[in-house]
Formats: sequence, C-alpha cells, structure tokens
Amino acid sequence: MNITWTADEMMTVAAARRLGNGIACFVGIGLPSAAANLARLTHAPEVVLIYESGTLGTRPDVLPLSIGDDELAEKADSIVSMPEIFRYYLQAGRIDVGFLGAAQVDRYGNLNSTFIGGDYEHPATRLPGAGGAPEIAASAGEVLIVLKQGKRSFVEQLDFMSSAGYFSGGDSREKSGATGRGPSAVITDLGILTPDPVSRELTLTSLHPGISVEQVIAATGWPLQVAAQLDTTPPPTAHELSVLRDLHARTRAAHSQSKLA
Amino acid sequence: MSQSLFMPLAEAVRHFVHDGDSVALEGFTHLIPFAAGHEIIRQEKRHLTLIRMTPDIIYDQMIGMGCADKLVFSWGGNPGVGSIHRFRDAYEHSWPRPLAIEEYSHAAMAAMYQAGASRLPFATLRGFIGNDLPQYNHNIRQVECPFSGERLAAVPALNPDVTILHAQRADRHGNVWIKGIVGAQKEAALAAKRVIVTVEEQVDELEAPLNAVILPHWTLAAVCVVPRGAHPSYAHGHYSRDNAFCIAWDAISRERDSFLAWMDRHVMQVRDFAETLQLITAAQRTELA
Repeated sequence: MNITWTADEMMTVAAARRLGNGIACFVGIGLPSAAANLARLTHAPEVVLIYESGTLGTRPDVLPLSIGDDELAEKADSIVSMPEIFRYYLQAGRIDVGFLGAAQVDRYGNLNSTFIGGDYEHPATRLPGAGGAPEIAASAGEVLIVLKQGKRSFVEQLDFMSSAGYFSGGDSREKSGATGRGPSAVITDLGILTPDPVSRELTLTSLHPGISVEQVIAATGWPLQVAAQLDTTPPPTAHELSVLRDLHARTRAAHSQSKLA
Repeated sequence: MSQSLFMPLAEAVRHFVHDGDSVALEGFTHLIPFAAGHEIIRQEKRHLTLIRMTPDIIYDQMIGMGCADKLVFSWGGNPGVGSIHRFRDAYEHSWPRPLAIEEYSHAAMAAMYQAGASRLPFATLRGFIGNDLPQYNHNIRQVECPFSGERLAAVPALNPDVTILHAQRADRHGNVWIKGIVGAQKEAALAAKRVIVTVEEQVDELEAPLNAVILPHWTLAAVCVVPRGAHPSYAHGHYSRDNAFCIAWDAISRERDSFLAWMDRHVMQVRDFAETLQLITAAQRTELA
C-alpha cells in the first residue's frame, strides 16, 4: 500500500513517539497538544496529560482550541487551581516531560516566545509571551520541543530568552539552579535534533524520510552539527495517520460550530 | 444585610470600580467576566491598571476602548487563534493611548495572587531561570532562603483594588460556587480590596459538595445575576466556549475601524449584556442560514 503524508503529520507522529506510556506530561497548546494526544490514542494509552489550566489526566476527544476548553475539564481525572498545578506539581518535580513549542530556538535549545525583532520596549512583532513555559522548561524532568524548521525559527541568536534550554552549553544548565534535565529532543518537520552529551549543542540525529541533510542545514540559522550515524525516522504508519487525521477532522468539526446560535 | 449584595451589574461597576483602580478580571479561559468588562467599557472607566494572567479578547476590547494605562500579565493572546491586535496596537503604537506593561510568568502570577490573598508582601518561587524578563521588569527580584541559602525568585504580592469574577451560582445569601477550571480565581478574589461576582443564576441553596470552591458572601462587595455573562468564554455545566466567535474576533479586531464599529454596535449602543448576546446570536444565525 502506498502511504503518503505531509511534513506536519511526520513531525506530529515523530513527536508523539517520544512520549512513553504512563509518564506525566505537561502539554503546551498547538503542536504539542496534537502530538501528546496522538501518543495517548496510539502507543501510550496510560500517558497522564496535564494542561496548565489545571486539568490532570485529561483525555479530550477533540483537540482544545484554548488551554482551558471545557472538553479538557470534562475528560479530566481532576481539576486543580493554577497555584496548585505550578507549585505542587511542576515546581515539586512531579512532571516527567514538558512538551513545548516556541517561535525561536537556538543551538542549545533555549526558546523565545516573547517578541521577534526590535527590542523589548519596541518589538517589531510582539508575541503572546511565555505563559507557563519558563518554569516548565526549568522544572519538568525533561523537555520535548516541537517546532517547524526554518532560518527564521532556528536562529544563531534569540531576540529574547523566554525559556531555558542548555544556556551556553556544557554544564551551564547544571549551574543555573534549574531542577529539570533540559531538552531531550527538538522534533521538526525535517528531522530530529538531540543535544550532544557533552557540549549540549543540538545535533541532527535523525532525518525524516525523503529529507536531505542539505535541506536541514539550509533551514538552520547556525552551522548545524550532524551526527556521524544518522538515522532515518521510520515513516508514519497507516494506523498513526488515520488516528491523527480522525483527531483533526473531529477537531475541525467541533470548532466550526458556534455555541450560541 | 446580605441581600444588599445583589444588585444590577451597572450599579456594581458604578459603585466599586473607579478611574485609576487596579482591576483584575480573572478566569483562566473559563468563566471570563465578559459582561462586567463590557459594563466597564460602557461606563468609560479610565486609567485602569488591568491585571490578568491571560489577557485575551475582553482585555483586547478594554484596551482598545481606552480603559487601561497599564497591563500586568503573563500571556497575552487569543488562545489557539493568535495575537490580540488591540493590545499590540496599544503597546507598539500607543493607540488609543500608551500602554505600559508589567510581564511575568503564569507560575509567578499564581504565586503573586496567593501572596496577596495571604496579605504577605511577596511570593517566592523557583522561577525565571534563564528568562530575560528580570532585565525589564524590576519587580522580579531574587531572595536568598534563610535556611538553605538557595537563591529564589521573589515577586510582589498582587492586591487588586477590585477583582471581578464570573461563576455559575450564588445562593440567597450571596455565597458563590465556582465549578470546573478554577484558575487562580479564589486567590485573586481573596487578594482584592473589593470583589464583584457575576453569576449565571441565583438559587435558594447551593447544595455544594464538601470541598467545593466557595467564595463566602462576607468576602464579596456585589453579586450580579448575568446569564451567559462569560460568553464567548464558557460556564461549565451551562454553555460551552464559543470558539467560532473567538476565531471571528481576529478579523473584527485587526483594524481600528472595524473594531470601533463592532464595539459601538455591540457594547456602547446597548443597554446591557443581554442585548449584546441577542445581536451576536442574530449575526451568527444569519451566517449559518
């Protein structure tokens, strides 16, 4: 059978596969939410999904548009307050994986979600801001980052550091006071980057099917390190694709209906 | 005595929200007090310091209508949709007036409300590690633990002049029950000098289970019955989030003219929120037809 998929689907599937069954995952909205729910609906039925709205162990049928949709509340094991989710769960070290997106990432997995261009007081493009991300990036056991790859998002120098990866590399994160281990992978639409064990610099370790090393290098704003042993990401299976497409179709149908009329 | 808590929303806003106040309209996606925000806009309150973890459409409207001098926040956007354009226009181009910002993270603001509710001067957290905000927001400082010597982030308590919430239900005494995603609403209420709550309905008895989130009537200044007062946000058990409206807001708010026209028709030229809802419903029916 000839299976075709989009780059977005490959990225979401590759990100979903990194989530182990049974772990507690703090989920950001957007791409992380799609990937985390795909994991739950395929290989990781016991994954505990936690959204920053305080919904613990939620199993939404459709992807939430906002981080606090009623769908998340209805399908949660329990709902706790914001002080509780951030202090008793995240800060206390009860979250295994933080799943984040961002506008920019640098070679050490540091993230910007605050502004692009100009300066803080006079930004060219002001973004919503970091929300829960700074403390998720610092305190979750590990961090998965999912982000489309391009020169505007994979940058030599962040315009603003919102959330910590490995700072300036080496042991600089260990010295920072951050209790979590930091990013374990950056999953993009082209491949997977993982930190070098010593320098902590993001290194291309897996290429998605049909993507060349040159394409990834051209989509990276710094001289990209490429692993000597480069893997090819296994393509999405028919099952993964059908579950993901069903999820997106249900989501589109749910969000296009007005609730007043 | 407690009966005097119940009053029309317009009266509550007139009595308890003053020009220059710091005002927190809380509700994390859920139970956002839209009706109250519209009443503040209609009464043309000015020079407010608006406080909210997640300023979204209601603060976009209040900022665009010139109510605010300053915004204290940790994430400002239209969730799942994108930017809030009126906020950006105010911050980037000073329209309709300059807007100062004081930016934190969610973890910090939740802790700041907790400290405020506790009447402590500041909160500590293991926060802002590697984050650039402390360079610009000098209220994010460091404190040394007197026991371990660990360096922790310190942020000031939040004590709004007024906190405004929406909730499902109040009993005849004015005790309020909040159900579902509760965000930092309890903390924001107990941190405030005055609290206004709009509710879906008034009942005789709450019949709430033990450990329900209840705001006691004697901590509140006013309770106002406003059905669907959180629309396009939602009230768990009453109505869902109007995601279609939230998506439509992006186009309405992108340009100053279309924003002002919408606000004039749906907020300034109506008597109350019920009329606003009628207009929105009629427009959505036309679109579906």
